[in-house]
Amino acid sequence: MKAIVVGGGPAGLRAAMTLAQHGLEPVLLDEAARPGGQGYRSPAPGIALDIAALMGSQKAKYERLHRQFEAARDTIDYRERTSVWAIDGHTLFIERNGHTNVLTFDSLIVASGATDRIVPLPGWTVPGVFSLGGAQIALKDQGALIGRRVAFLGSSPLLALAAKQYQATGATVAGVFDTAPFYAKIRAVPHLLHAPHTALRGLSYLAQLRMSGVPLHFGIEPVRIEGCDRVETLVLRDRTGREMHIDCDAVALGYGLKPETQLAELAGASFAFDKSFRMWLPVIDADGRAGPDLYLAGDGAAIGGADAAEASGTLAALALLADTGHTVAQSQIDRLRASIKRLRRFQRGLATAFAWPHRDAGALPGETIVCRCENVSAGDIRAALGVGLIPPELNRVKAITRCGMGRCQGRMCGPALQEIVAAQSGAPVATVGRLRTQAPIKPIALSAAEMPR
Amino acid sequence: MDEPLPHARFIRAVPRNGKRLQFVFEGEAMSGFEGETVLTALLCNTGHVRQFEFSATLRAGFCIMAACQDCWVWCEDGTRLRACTTPLADGMRLLSSPPPPEQV
Ligand code: FES
Repeated sequence: MKAIVVGGGPAGLRAAMTLAQHGLEPVLLDEAARPGGQGYRSPAPGIALDIAALMGSQKAKYERLHRQFEAARDTIDYRERTSVWAIDGHTLFIERNGHTNVLTFDSLIVASGATDRIVPLPGWTVPGVFSLGGAQIALKDQGALIGRRVAFLGSSPLLALAAKQYQATGATVAGVFDTAPFYAKIRAVPHLLHAPHTALRGLSYLAQLRMSGVPLHFGIEPVRIEGCDRVETLVLRDRTGREMHIDCDAVALGYGLKPETQLAELAGASFAFDKSFRMWLPVIDADGRAGPDLYLAGDGAAIGGADAAEASGTLAALALLADTGHTVAQSQIDRLRASIKRLRRFQRGLATAFAWPHRDAGALPGETIVCRCENVSAGDIRAALGVGLIPPELNRVKAITRCGMGRCQGRMCGPALQEIVAAQSGAPVATVGRLRTQAPIKPIALSAAEMPR
Repeated sequence: MDEPLPHARFIRAVPRNGKRLQFVFEGEAMSGFEGETVLTALLCNTGHVRQFEFSATLRAGFCIMAACQDCWVWCEDGTRLRACTTPLADGMRLLSSPPPPEQV
């Protein structure tokens, strides 16, 4: 019985630990150099960062996860810097240090995590604009700041957290600029009470930033980023329509998280459109089953945050064990199901409080570069649709415009492309389709291209 | 810890304990530290990592988590690497665009 777990974040680590506790010897494949995923990243060796101080109230959970994984490491075949670039049936195609190989499995748990969901704006390709998650990784993994004077822009509870971490490590925070209005946060309160500690923590970050004099703005409209070889100014419009010019040398950009679903798709998961997130999500049952011998966990299956990731990783492993004839405790399953349900409901509340600005994304000015790989603008996409030769279907639009065809496979431009196509054609967003995944899901270096036997 | 360079994009916020490593970017000698990625080391020295293929603009990466693929740089021997996930190694010779064919 060979079980493989893909992903070294909280969900993947918990899944592998649970399998090992029940006597399996799981293989755990991690694209990163060290376990922890994005949220619980640890500093690289040689970087003298006090990560515990930076983690604040998450410190205890961060330390527990890392400590317990270290203790279990002998029972898990952990392979760092190993990426899965294709899946065919029960075979994984992996790449490590420029060499490819294959691994077969009986059961697979995919815990592939998430990336930032992005709304482009004119100037977002200028050096100095980074994803919000990237800004945090630069700090947590590398002990580096993305600039001296950093603006945080988007719609996400992580804006305030990242701003606070940057301020604590010596950056000047030029401001936190949230596209969602403040009343959206009030409206979300009933959902947010499903996880009151998390909600309070978010509010306390905002209060601390305000007290230290950092400008906080809600309901703003992003206009453009100015600068040629480096970011110089962030231009925004406030609720009254007045333009604001923010002097900064870096921008961290993020509109919540988007599951990395490419591996789930290649492994055979089916997808359904989720109206509150306005995203296509893999279909799973309460425990994470997504198909024969396939289990999904963590933010890669449904955005739920780190606590839900840990719980869903354990639960997916228990489901795998139960399905393969092992004895598992039903009481533990019940408890995990209840807590995951509560945490994911909280995330739905966050999706209201920090709304995805789909109208803005659909109405991006024509000159905005949407696809940063292939240099395709919002105007190019509308022009392709305007000719009337192609149906408003994302994969057709991609074939004509090359938007989504570049090296990132639509990870960065996909959400905006979807909104532009829906808005331009007047079709409901759920009907314009979903960008299909193609292997290799990430470019592999040339030295690795020789096919395995 | 070194003073940040004036044209550098990244700022080292905490001290480094690792060895200092020497590398070359666009023919210019630079240094970084053990534990740093190629992206960090480059951006602590300069403002970009690559020339964009489709217009005369510069790029400095975007996601820093192996998703956007906007940080691939060239080595002088013609191979390529993803800067945000590749550890810096002593003696690397890096370029922001492909080397001319006769030099490979
Ligand atoms: S910065 Fe996005 S892949 Fe390296």
